[in-house]
Amino acid sequence: MHPPSHHPADGPAIRLAGLRKRFAAGGAPALDDVSLELRTGEVFGIVGRSGAGKSTLIRTVNLLERPDAGSVTVMGRDLLALDEAGLRAARRGIGMVFQHFNLHHRRTVAENIGFPLEVAGMPAAARRARVAELLPLVGLEAKRDAFPAQLSGGQKQRVGIARALASAPSLLLCDEATSALDPETTAEILALIRSLRDRLDLTVLLITHEMGVVKAICDRVAVMEAGRIIEQGRVFEVFTRPAQPTTRRFVAEVIGHGVPPGTLARLPPAPPGQQRRLAQVLFLGPHSTRPVISEASRDFGLDINIVSGRVDEIAGEPFGVMALAVCGAAAAIDAAFGWMRGLGLVIEEDVAWAG
Amino acid sequence: MGWLTPTMQDLLLDAFWETLVMVGASAAIAVAVGLPLALLLQVTGRGGLRPLPWLNRPLGLLVNAARSTPFIILMVAIVPFTRLVAGTSIGTGAAIVPLALAATAFLARLFENALREVDAGVVEAARAMGASRWQIVTKVLVPEALPGLIAAVTVALVSLVGFSAMAGAIGGGGLGDLGIRFGYQRFMPEVMATVVLILIVFVQGLQSLGDWLVRRLSHR
Repeated sequence: MHPPSHHPADGPAIRLAGLRKRFAAGGAPALDDVSLELRTGEVFGIVGRSGAGKSTLIRTVNLLERPDAGSVTVMGRDLLALDEAGLRAARRGIGMVFQHFNLHHRRTVAENIGFPLEVAGMPAAARRARVAELLPLVGLEAKRDAFPAQLSGGQKQRVGIARALASAPSLLLCDEATSALDPETTAEILALIRSLRDRLDLTVLLITHEMGVVKAICDRVAVMEAGRIIEQGRVFEVFTRPAQPTTRRFVAEVIGHGVPPGTLARLPPAPPGQQRRLAQVLFLGPHSTRPVISEASRDFGLDINIVSGRVDEIAGEPFGVMALAVCGAAAAIDAAFGWMRGLGLVIEEDVAWAG
Repeated sequence: MGWLTPTMQDLLLDAFWETLVMVGASAAIAVAVGLPLALLLQVTGRGGLRPLPWLNRPLGLLVNAARSTPFIILMVAIVPFTRLVAGTSIGTGAAIVPLALAATAFLARLFENALREVDAGVVEAARAMGASRWQIVTKVLVPEALPGLIAAVTVALVSLVGFSAMAGAIGGGGLGDLGIRFGYQRFMPEVMATVVLILIVFVQGLQSLGDWLVRRLSHR
């Protein structure tokens, strides 16, 4: 038996370089030159629509899917260079949680959690002891002898998580782990993953199509489209300064300005020689508490209506989002927006206001 | 009930015993050979753990050929083989050979279907946890498919009871044979009716036992 490696080598926890994968010859690539590095201890999210290639990507990390080209290095080890026995041993050091839980229907909770240990050849007594440690970690002490059919979705995923952690891996892969759960259970499971990451020094790679998941637990995020990573960075940066249109659409789901359709049409027409423009303003950075609106109104001679506003938090950093209807001379509005941008605020005028 | 003489009672009892032996022995052989065959078909099939078309195709063809040959023809056609295995081509023992062959092919397909029903996600999870192919077969595929496998055995047993009635053609005996010889050829409809009644109760019992086991093992 090869002992699983629990001690990450120096360097990134996962390094994917130049990954390519095409399922059908001549078809669209599922992975198109994807490179990615995960730092030890971070929660990294990959977000994308279905078919973007994120599921293929996460499955290359433990080689459930073999890339056509590129390299997969996990904890400093080149997985593509391993033989079958070596790969099986390496997989024991990588936990994986699935969207549909993938529990054995005919095994109890305890037997499901003990399965990876059984596969690794651990004797029954040691297995029982390890399972007894894992059950309280996911709050399922009372369910140890229940069968999956007797559990709720959230409880099933807790079993899945405990099973993924049974071999004490240093890396956890979450394949749409909360996509089959209701919002309340999703929040619960995400909180659990986050706290386990903190307690067990895990590195977590998760894929999701829900920006809310990224916002709730990720440190960094990558956005995938058509088999490529089109944008990546710290979650707060990507959320507040999305560069790509796809990213903006994802971000809008979470940061939404909350302006009902038709709002602009209901505002009174601007006086002759003036304009009325609607803008979304993100308040962040050192000047986010400065009375920017009254200063702009005074110094640039503008009338400003606050159409909507709220304060939110991403990855522990607060920010405010406001929709403003600004009325004044075109040059004055441009100057005011320029001044505000200079303070580090993010101003957007081409927002899908009807949404 | 004047026809139910002590001699007739003995005949019925012997015939029932012969049916039990034929069905039981051929089913046991069919399970022992059919399960590995089904696993081979499933594992080497498309999307299996180790797709091997050059092995899977001929194997599938062979199983289908055995399944599509009418039992009465199969029984006669393999007489040389039967003689080789059982040492004789007539009698209860000889009847077991063609019965087992037919049941093996039948059961292999039913088993394969049951194995295919196993959630692909559970297999993938086992792969992700570092399970070997052998471990996936023994710890995932077979245990997860067990209720389906039991249901398949139940169906095969019931079919075997029907097939065994034809075994009279090579002197296999059994209830079906008794019904034909006495009920039909000697004009004793009450014997035929009794035989049918016993078979109905027997089959019903098998089916109930099978269903009960499946329910007990499912945990769904």
